[in-house]
Amino acid sequence: MFRIEIRLKDDMFDSRGQAVLAKIADLDLEGLTSSEAITSVRASELYFLDGALTGAQVRQIAETLLCDAVVQTYHIDELRGAGPPPPKAHYPGAGAIEVGLHPGVTDSVAASLGHGMQRLGLQPQAEYPQPSAAARQPVEIRTAQRYLFTGVVSAATLHRIARELLVNDVIQSYSLAAWMPHFGPLPAWRGPLVYVPLAGVTDEALLQISRDRRLALDLAEMQAIQHYFRASGREPSDVELETLAQTWSEHCSHKTFKAIVEYTEQRAGQIVAQQTIPGLLATFIRRVTEEIAAPWVKSAFIDNAGIIAFDERHELSFKVETHNHPSALEPFGGANTGVGGVLRDVIAVSARPIAATDVLCFAPATWPAADVPLGVLHPRRVAAGVVAGIQDYGNKFGVPTVSGAIYYDAGYLANPLVYCGAVGIAPNGSHPRAPQSGDAIVVLGGRTGRDGIGGATFSSLELTHETNEIAATAVQIGNPITEKKCLEAILQARDARLYTAITDCGAGGLSSAVGEMGAELGAQVYLDRVLLKYAGLAPWEIWLSEAQERMVLAVSLGNVPALLEICRIQDVEATVIGEFTATHRLVLYYGTILVGDLEMDFLHHGCPRRTLQAIWDRPAGDAYAAPPVVGDLGQALLDLLCQPSTASKEDVIRRYDHEVQGGTILKPLVGVGQDAPGDAPVIRPLDVPAGAWQGFALGCGFNPRYGLIDPWAMAHSALDEAVRNVVAVGADPDRIAVLDNFCWGDPNRPDRLGGLVRAAQGCYEAALLHRTPFISGKDSLNNEYLGADGARHPIPPSLLISALGLLPDVRRAVTMDFKAPGNLVYQLGLTRYELGGSIYYQQHGLLGERVPQPQDYSPALMRRLHQAMRQGLVQACHDCSEGGLAVAAAEMVLGGAIGLDLHLNRAPADDAARQDAAALLFAESNARFLVEVRPADAPAFEAIMAAGDETLPVGAVFNRTLNPVTPVIPFAQVGTTKVLPTLTAYGSAQRPLLELTQAALRHAWQGRSDHGAA
Amino acid sequence: MVQPRAVVLQGPGSNCDREAALGWELAGAQGVLLPLNTLIEQPQRLAEYQILTIPGGFTYGDDLGAGKLLAVDLICRLGDALQSFRMRGGLIIGICNGFQILVKAGMLHTDATLYANDSGRFECRWVELSMANRGKCLWVSETPQRILLPVAHGEGKFVPRDATVLRQLQQQDQVVLSYAASAYPANPNGSVADIAGICDSTGQVFGLMPHPERHLWPWHHPAWTRQASGVEAFRRREQGDGLTIFKSAVKACQ
Repeated sequence: MFRIEIRLKDDMFDSRGQAVLAKIADLDLEGLTSSEAITSVRASELYFLDGALTGAQVRQIAETLLCDAVVQTYHIDELRGAGPPPPKAHYPGAGAIEVGLHPGVTDSVAASLGHGMQRLGLQPQAEYPQPSAAARQPVEIRTAQRYLFTGVVSAATLHRIARELLVNDVIQSYSLAAWMPHFGPLPAWRGPLVYVPLAGVTDEALLQISRDRRLALDLAEMQAIQHYFRASGREPSDVELETLAQTWSEHCSHKTFKAIVEYTEQRAGQIVAQQTIPGLLATFIRRVTEEIAAPWVKSAFIDNAGIIAFDERHELSFKVETHNHPSALEPFGGANTGVGGVLRDVIAVSARPIAATDVLCFAPATWPAADVPLGVLHPRRVAAGVVAGIQDYGNKFGVPTVSGAIYYDAGYLANPLVYCGAVGIAPNGSHPRAPQSGDAIVVLGGRTGRDGIGGATFSSLELTHETNEIAATAVQIGNPITEKKCLEAILQARDARLYTAITDCGAGGLSSAVGEMGAELGAQVYLDRVLLKYAGLAPWEIWLSEAQERMVLAVSLGNVPALLEICRIQDVEATVIGEFTATHRLVLYYGTILVGDLEMDFLHHGCPRRTLQAIWDRPAGDAYAAPPVVGDLGQALLDLLCQPSTASKEDVIRRYDHEVQGGTILKPLVGVGQDAPGDAPVIRPLDVPAGAWQGFALGCGFNPRYGLIDPWAMAHSALDEAVRNVVAVGADPDRIAVLDNFCWGDPNRPDRLGGLVRAAQGCYEAALLHRTPFISGKDSLNNEYLGADGARHPIPPSLLISALGLLPDVRRAVTMDFKAPGNLVYQLGLTRYELGGSIYYQQHGLLGERVPQPQDYSPALMRRLHQAMRQGLVQACHDCSEGGLAVAAAEMVLGGAIGLDLHLNRAPADDAARQDAAALLFAESNARFLVEVRPADAPAFEAIMAAGDETLPVGAVFNRTLNPVTPVIPFAQVGTTKVLPTLTAYGSAQRPLLELTQAALRHAWQGRSDHGAA
Repeated sequence: MVQPRAVVLQGPGSNCDREAALGWELAGAQGVLLPLNTLIEQPQRLAEYQILTIPGGFTYGDDLGAGKLLAVDLICRLGDALQSFRMRGGLIIGICNGFQILVKAGMLHTDATLYANDSGRFECRWVELSMANRGKCLWVSETPQRILLPVAHGEGKFVPRDATVLRQLQQQDQVVLSYAASAYPANPNGSVADIAGICDSTGQVFGLMPHPERHLWPWHHPAWTRQASGVEAFRRREQGDGLTIFKSAVKACQ
């Protein structure tokens, strides 16, 4: 075996080593005693090659493939036997840490080196699963990193640095001496097939089997399986049992959203209403889409992503997924494959991904290390890993990551949230959905390994302090280049009409993909034909593996050669693993051994429907929370601007390529210095023909603190905010589609489910009010952490609403930065005494009760604002959300380097708010914007706002009266822009309530940017 | 006048190919996408084109260093075809990952490289660039003295082997674009002598880290919504700055 070390020349600046050194300083190592001082860290790469190679060939590999001679040097050691390598006298230091991957973890660098060696003729093409007798054994390759420390450092400190900074033992191991890879081929699976006896087993034993095998099935479900096999007169194989567990998992089948819910609403312990809800999805989310019946919705809740009409020739697809549990354990890999997974959802509707979004929830970066529970990573490490994972996948795949948010709350300490979204584009009607009996089942893309086995059931279990020890195989590592190659092959195959159906391998792997595609037909699969990364996988592992970057296509036999040729040119592996049949059975072979035989009907409809109890206990009081005493409103505003959730995310945003594909017309950061927060990015896809300028905007609404007060109000506010975001930049309010993503606690607990019912009701009402159909959604439940002390920690109720809004002409898009002095600034919408759940209250340690309520005039307001934008009457527009009017105004000033005189006594407000300047400044009431208008345009603008020509369909009547016709829209001119770049707010007195320079605002907003991703 | 034909090479992991092809269309050339494997199997097809574009992306994931493996592909599989392409006056541009590929294949200068940004991270931001070329490079004849383009890379620090190499590049007029100032983030990666793009000794082959294909229209400009503000820096332009580079090459072909 040869070990090659590639090291930067001594006089080259080592940014990677420097970053480690900075993180060590950040760690504040208590163990770093006064006698210790690390002066530098140098990072180098290790490559291990095992196979038939000569020393000269290894030198050729080092020089041609690995070492950049301008900046690097290399050293080769030949290792004989299993002993550690000779001491590295050539690189002296105080100590070293070597980090490598566990066996079986995806190592794309090793694969790329293998490719390079093939080009040099030093590596044969790998043949799996059965290499021919004549084939030369491939050289086995492993990689590792080495960190060399100079100065004075103890072994104990190095161990701490390794564990807390460099190594995640879920996927990696390390050594302070010499890290050694494990080589040697694994034996192929030889059987025997395992059967799991269920007949005559007690209920307790059934539950024990579910627990031991981590099936996440309850008693009724286990009994249904027991009955099925009893009737069949045999026992299930492990393949069959695992297939059922995956298909029936919360993750794959959304049992909670389909369950019958017995809902009770209480007030101060007294029952005020009871209702039986025949499924949250059907009753609230899907229903509103059906009631709105927008003709431009092409696919809702049917495909892997929702689809809407775009321009004359194209459709847009949109999907948001979560990858929470994997990101908690292995932040980089979890977020990385979260992005990869949602991009595949879009590819699975035959579309090209053209934008990515991400909304992240972490505990504060300043969380004391001593208060992090056992088995949980520090939030700073989670945040850094998640951001790096998103960056890696999105940038390498080549999709602009343009929209998102980072939200900090202690409730996400053990359960961080990672929402990943993707938009796709495809020619009209190009997504086929009709597999035929006799079609070949083709697996295309990455190979199958032991990575990510049981992910669907894993994500349906709560996390405990032991999870990271048992979940190693549930973590996947992505390879964005493989997925990009898959995309190009699939789009060519799509345009040539070579397949009849397509889906991606996500949770549940092939079992879900083939099971779903063949649900109405039947399928026969030969598991031994699946291409493997390495030998030794049992049939159930092949069938369940969630190895990334795999797609499944149904292809008529005649088209298979053409598809394989496309794949060859695009450098993508593709294999026929079986065929769709007309048997209505799922039949699985490994060679000649029958390893599974299930009726499709039982697989897809055999899961007993659950009945769940839900209780919503409405808070008793409706009193105004006592307003906090504030000395200085200006200081309060500065404090809000530097709150981690509000502050600039520029450091993170710039790590994502938001310009790739050349269509980003409004960037995430806007303004004179390109550093102010835009309301929404705008993209004109490359596919739009020359001379046409249609585009779309992406927005998101997310307010977990409102959910702590009332999830119904949270849902209304989240939808209103998402719609405000896209309307603020010029999207047409009549062409907005929305997605719902619920992240919640354990739905078997009635209080958690009660909140979920409230939120789903709010979604229904809000979407109907705004006429914005839901086209897709996803839920991630069981986001609870069971501590070693037995205490349960659910996350805050977290509903993300994502909006996709169309712009008829992106050249009319509007940004939020003030454009010129002497312009008029209007507040649209009413400020109410609604500080409940606001960041202003949070700053004062309060939650409050008066959470922002829905506003009936909101849809009309948005349509009139849009009308004004289309006429070019709006210079700048910003939505008022977290931090209210004050934060919005401050951001417009710092974006435009133009000042504002703001007169709060003119602001449209209710009587209660009018009594309290803090409410006028910081209340987060819905349906509000700040708008800059030139004096010459003011009459036209005011005329539109006073009487728009919008036609709003009559909405449903909820608990309140809805006025559908021409509501009165509260609006008023509240200020004037000025040359002096200062935000000056006046109350009724002459003396300003606050006066802050652009520099002060900027300093607050950027100075303490606390994203934890350094 | 014959419309020049520009081929855009699609390697495994190229991802700025379609917008590069659009650049060619807007500049009056014909932009054609071609997969690497097709070209490797039929290298003679290179003769159908006057311009070769190696677009941005992460070919092979940049696993062994940015652009390294695709550079090996070019040397091992397309060396002869590229040689004859250059001999008959063909123009080559490498953008971002394409620049990394050209450098590592030794097609611009054998004693220079592109390495990890001093900031230690990938960054996407707009930068101001100064024209540094005195006339050798055929790719910038239509390009004004100051332009604005975005960069998006993690390994864009230009490093010549030593001071002699740097002097040689400058004296032989091979430096084409430089970052308008030396301090971060104006020089976003720590490039030696603020070098953002260089050409080969003939002026036919051009590599640069910034992305001209991302500034084709005025509406790509990061502050285009301020065009009515009266401030000179934001005045409405007729075309994006990056388009001038595509137009320069088209002009050189005619």
